[in-house]
Amino acid sequence: MTTPLLEVKKLRVEFPTRRGTLLALDDISFDIAPGEILGVVGESGAGKSLTGAAIIGLLEPPGRIAAGEILLAGQRIDNLPYEQMRAIRGRRIGAIFQDPLTSLNPLYTIGRQLTETILTHLPVSADEARSRAIRLLQETGIPAAEQRLDQYPHQFSGGMRQRVVIALALAAEPQLIVADEPTTALDVSIQAQIIALLKRLCKQHGAAVMLVTHDMGVIAETCDRVAVMYAGRIGEIGPVHDVIHKPAHPYTVGLMGSIPAMDDTRERLLQIDGAMPRLNAIPSGCAFNPRCTKVMERCRNERPELLDAGPTRAACWLVGAGEVR
Amino acid sequence: MTTLVEVKDLAKTFDVSPPWLNRVLERKPRQFVHAVDGLSFSIRKGRTLALVGESGCGKSTVARLLVGLYEPTRGQVFFDGQDTGVLKSSAANLRSLRRRMQMIFQDPYASLNPRWKVLDIVGEPLREHGLIGDVAVLRDKVGELLRSVGLATADMEKFPHQFSGGQRQRISIARALATQPEFLVCDEPTSALDVSVQAQVLNIMKDLQRQQGLTYLFISHNLAVVRHVSDEVGVMYLGRLVELADKAELFARPRHPYTRMLLDAIPDIHMSGSARTPVQGEVPNPLQPPSGCAFHPRCPHANARCAEERPAMRELSGVRVACHAVQEGRI
Repeated sequence: MTTPLLEVKKLRVEFPTRRGTLLALDDISFDIAPGEILGVVGESGAGKSLTGAAIIGLLEPPGRIAAGEILLAGQRIDNLPYEQMRAIRGRRIGAIFQDPLTSLNPLYTIGRQLTETILTHLPVSADEARSRAIRLLQETGIPAAEQRLDQYPHQFSGGMRQRVVIALALAAEPQLIVADEPTTALDVSIQAQIIALLKRLCKQHGAAVMLVTHDMGVIAETCDRVAVMYAGRIGEIGPVHDVIHKPAHPYTVGLMGSIPAMDDTRERLLQIDGAMPRLNAIPSGCAFNPRCTKVMERCRNERPELLDAGPTRAACWLVGAGEVR
Repeated sequence: MTTLVEVKDLAKTFDVSPPWLNRVLERKPRQFVHAVDGLSFSIRKGRTLALVGESGCGKSTVARLLVGLYEPTRGQVFFDGQDTGVLKSSAANLRSLRRRMQMIFQDPYASLNPRWKVLDIVGEPLREHGLIGDVAVLRDKVGELLRSVGLATADMEKFPHQFSGGQRQRISIARALATQPEFLVCDEPTSALDVSVQAQVLNIMKDLQRQQGLTYLFISHNLAVVRHVSDEVGVMYLGRLVELADKAELFARPRHPYTRMLLDAIPDIHMSGSARTPVQGEVPNPLQPPSGCAFHPRCPHANARCAEERPAMRELSGVRVACHAVQEGRI
């Protein structure tokens, strides 16, 4: 087996507040192989974006990594000084965010933003950087790239802006791309174009991707593996097909059942009663236990670790008790 | 079944001209957006019509026109056989009309007054329409409404910020149901919610429809949700309906190229690994809509006629579709 490109080991992120410390990410472990696309799904507040932010070293203070390690190609990056992390960000890890308008500077032309990124990270001349920028825009499917280079972000439509953001993320040929809800702000027809683009470019450049989204449809179509997050923890992780069709964790089962699919004929959707707990009121034991239909005494007191559940790994005592599959 | 809502040639134009001084000094012309342009459809009692389309296609404008938040530029809306444009001339008629149709908005964080208790939020329509004056009776009624959407009676003493997004949307539904309306206009009611919560809200809406015989106009951009809740589906593109059909028919045999494109574009959880063929191009600027059929620049079946002549809605074996290629039998 090849060494993973990104390893996250027992990551724990805390937010110290006046009314006590909030545990936003608790014991998160996963890895991504080179060229692999890992999806991270969950509902709002599950900690998916925070995981991405921790990896690219952009946790908003007072949030901080309290324990655990993040390794990029075997090298620890979670404890690097700011300047060193800055050199890695953009060069070895590219980031794509949800809103293409706020991730571009409205006062600079697209070309200036692209060449600036290229010149910062790669030892090339200004002319070379410009031709590289044009090539990047062409690769992301922007017509008349040479003219568009001298335009400002407001002259681009939403879908086109997201293409520019992808070009920016790929500018220095990073090994890893963290994409946080890259298609959420876009219409479905544009969404399909962007997903196809992202998939193709990552394959061409051989980059690994961590794709954060709440849209299971996007995950199903794009990713190799998927991690399902709930209340700051990973509930289940495994190959996409198995997580969708043979979920082991009751939360994953509920999540899949609550999504109306194009080919289902159910009169009622499966519903999970209640809502995800707030960070200051995470239940003891398994965080999902108050909403779980299969809750046992043990779930209320003891927190389950990720256990092997056939093709996937799930943090659920039912798996340990051999009751699932 | 009888028709509850009928819309004939409905249109709404917004004036987006530059200010007068700019028009004079810079010789800029007046500009108009045809947000909704000649829509006709009807909804039968107890049924759900869904309108789908991408952002900017005019779905929300239709919703606002139907409940009277906008004045139509052209066309008529008939409610229970009466022309609402005529009814509006009398204040008393308008009030009774308002009581019979209600709206649920997209964002449950913005549509509830944060300074009001749930009791006041849900009770306001009852008080406003003079249906219940007595406080004790009002409390009973509000409690009953809250229970019908799966909340507790005691929740009426709380403020909106004490609820999650899904619970807030249920409060919106309880408020909309307070005056026992027959017709509910739901403008993206679940788009701001997480999927597990969306399932709760959709289930409640379906239960209420069954129990109270409600008629829905359901507006959404999510085709999977539309497929789940609706009986009939209308597909909109740049302010016009391009296809209107029975749900089963539309999803099994989409006629219009835009409908086909939309159906192809949705990522579905059961199609993992399958490659989609994304359609190229984007929604054009509504200020300068393309000539002829508005979809022709993106359409793989477009020919010279599509670029010149706007296709009319025609009925073909039970499906209404506005497309030259379909009507000529080319596709």
